[in-house]
Amino acid sequence: MSAGVSTPVSAPVVRVGRIEGLRRRPVMLAFAGLALCALVLALGVALGSVGIPLADTVGVLLHRLFGWPAVSWPASTETIVFELRLPRVLTAMAVGVGLALAGATFQGLLRNPLADPYVLGTASGAALGAAVAMTVPLQMVVLGIGLVNVSAFVGASLAVAVVYRLARAGGLGSMTSVLLTGYAVGALLAAALALVMYLSGNSLRQIFVYLLGSFALSSWPQVLIGLPIITLGSTVILLRARVLNAMLLGEETAGHLGLDVNRQRLVLLGAATLVTAAAVAMSGLIGFVGLVVPHLVRLVVGPNARTLLPLSAIYGAAFLGAADLLARLPGELPVGVVTAVVGAPFFLYLLRRYRASYAL
Amino acid sequence: MSDIELELRGVGLAYGHREVLRDVHMVLRPGERAALLGPNGAGKSSLLRAITGGEGRRLGAVLLNGQPVEEIGRLRLARQVAVVPGQTTVAFPLRVEELVALGRIPHEHPLLGPRPADHAAVDAAMRRVGVESLVGRDVRELSLGERQLVVLAMAVAQGARLLLLDEPTVHLDLRHQVAVMELLADLSERDGVTVLAVLHDIALARHYFPRLLLVSEGRLVADGLPDEVLGAELMAEVYGIDDSLLAVLGGARG
Repeated sequence: MSAGVSTPVSAPVVRVGRIEGLRRRPVMLAFAGLALCALVLALGVALGSVGIPLADTVGVLLHRLFGWPAVSWPASTETIVFELRLPRVLTAMAVGVGLALAGATFQGLLRNPLADPYVLGTASGAALGAAVAMTVPLQMVVLGIGLVNVSAFVGASLAVAVVYRLARAGGLGSMTSVLLTGYAVGALLAAALALVMYLSGNSLRQIFVYLLGSFALSSWPQVLIGLPIITLGSTVILLRARVLNAMLLGEETAGHLGLDVNRQRLVLLGAATLVTAAAVAMSGLIGFVGLVVPHLVRLVVGPNARTLLPLSAIYGAAFLGAADLLARLPGELPVGVVTAVVGAPFFLYLLRRYRASYAL
Repeated sequence: MSDIELELRGVGLAYGHREVLRDVHMVLRPGERAALLGPNGAGKSSLLRAITGGEGRRLGAVLLNGQPVEEIGRLRLARQVAVVPGQTTVAFPLRVEELVALGRIPHEHPLLGPRPADHAAVDAAMRRVGVESLVGRDVRELSLGERQLVVLAMAVAQGARLLLLDEPTVHLDLRHQVAVMELLADLSERDGVTVLAVLHDIALARHYFPRLLLVSEGRLVADGLPDEVLGAELMAEVYGIDDSLLAVLGGARG
């Protein structure tokens, strides 16, 4: 029996020939990405508004991390490299990992290419939480974690919990209803945020900075609390590549392939929300990473979650680390502006060029 | 894997208080091939859903080789039963071989992924269904007929011994309809796969299926050889059209 297909396979393959070659080498792409991460990490620590010789940078890191004997350098050098730049770069990369993985997860669960980590109300929830914390005349910093961080985290998590409960309570089991509920709740929270901003007085600029995202306030305590949360959520996601693959053809088919769909969906939603909440608590709302990085990776290696997830994590880290570097070199630009300015045109270019293999 | 006998004992399906299917009794022997006929909304798809689980509340008992399906683990069930939906939508660019490989999910290692045996099964399934020439193509660029064959290849790769299909030939041209029917016949006769398919085309069902089931208003009203089930009065009554028209459409005898 023959399917009798005479259309030549070669036409689209030739057009995307170079990408086709990369597609067959995901391991090579992973190592290239890791090398890129190392480079971004090194540059991120070495470069900044204060010029520090490379030898001193390396010396400080070896000294503080591995106990190598200290050579002579100014005390300020040690502070800048170890207390300011290193936690900042690490935060940027961790947030990059988290947002890229959360984006890939939401896109897969919702089966919607336009989904990003903020789609179920995390963004407006976190922004509202942070704005309220900034407006109340109360400064609280415990272990280097401020009220703003905590209430952003709580706001983001609560928003998704509410969305999920509302969508389920409505008796509409499908993820479409979760998505629509997310938009509705998000709009409501955005209205509340606008009100808080309108009434915030002196905190307005601070809230605005948060909305654009920044790593300027990164510190070791933030890294030490945020990193484990992101690592935990990311691990849960990475171990569920099989689930996201099964979901490619929808939830009903996933069930027929032997998955406990309700349970796995809840676990993945929870993990992605946890990661997103930690990310926005550490750095504010940084757009575009969670949307674009998974798409770029998917463009190159296809939608198989076993390659999509790890590569999204790696390139998310490299992308956001590099974006933060670009944001602070000319002074202190909002990193969210950089991710959009760099990411959007690149994404458009790829879409135009490979539209044939990537019709939305 | 062993052959599968499917038994339904008083099976029904309810959405809330609304019963869309009730009291279905039947046995499909291993390797048997049956087509499920009936007008729109009669409960054909509900019958499939009652077997596979999913939306709605199942009543009665569904047994595979005498064991209630609830007692069979999800993964074990997925290795034995494959479901082919009438339509498959894909949200992301997915290649033919990647879609077929999804059928191996119940078999592959949960963390490490597909093993060599899985890749071999995917290749074998694509050859068996005759879609190996489509390798590398984006599923969304395929014609509906080609896509349906690819989804069938996925079910074959799943290695299931019971195949449930919901209108597998809808939207297909004649050549692809025949291709699907030949494949189902081959799977049941050569491999002993048990096949239950919802069909709309009475002529196809009569030609390719040794046993027909007729569903009407949520009940199984006839079950037997094509010539018995396709008797003029019953068909005319169930479908609400007169005999002469039925004859033209391939239904009633003579």
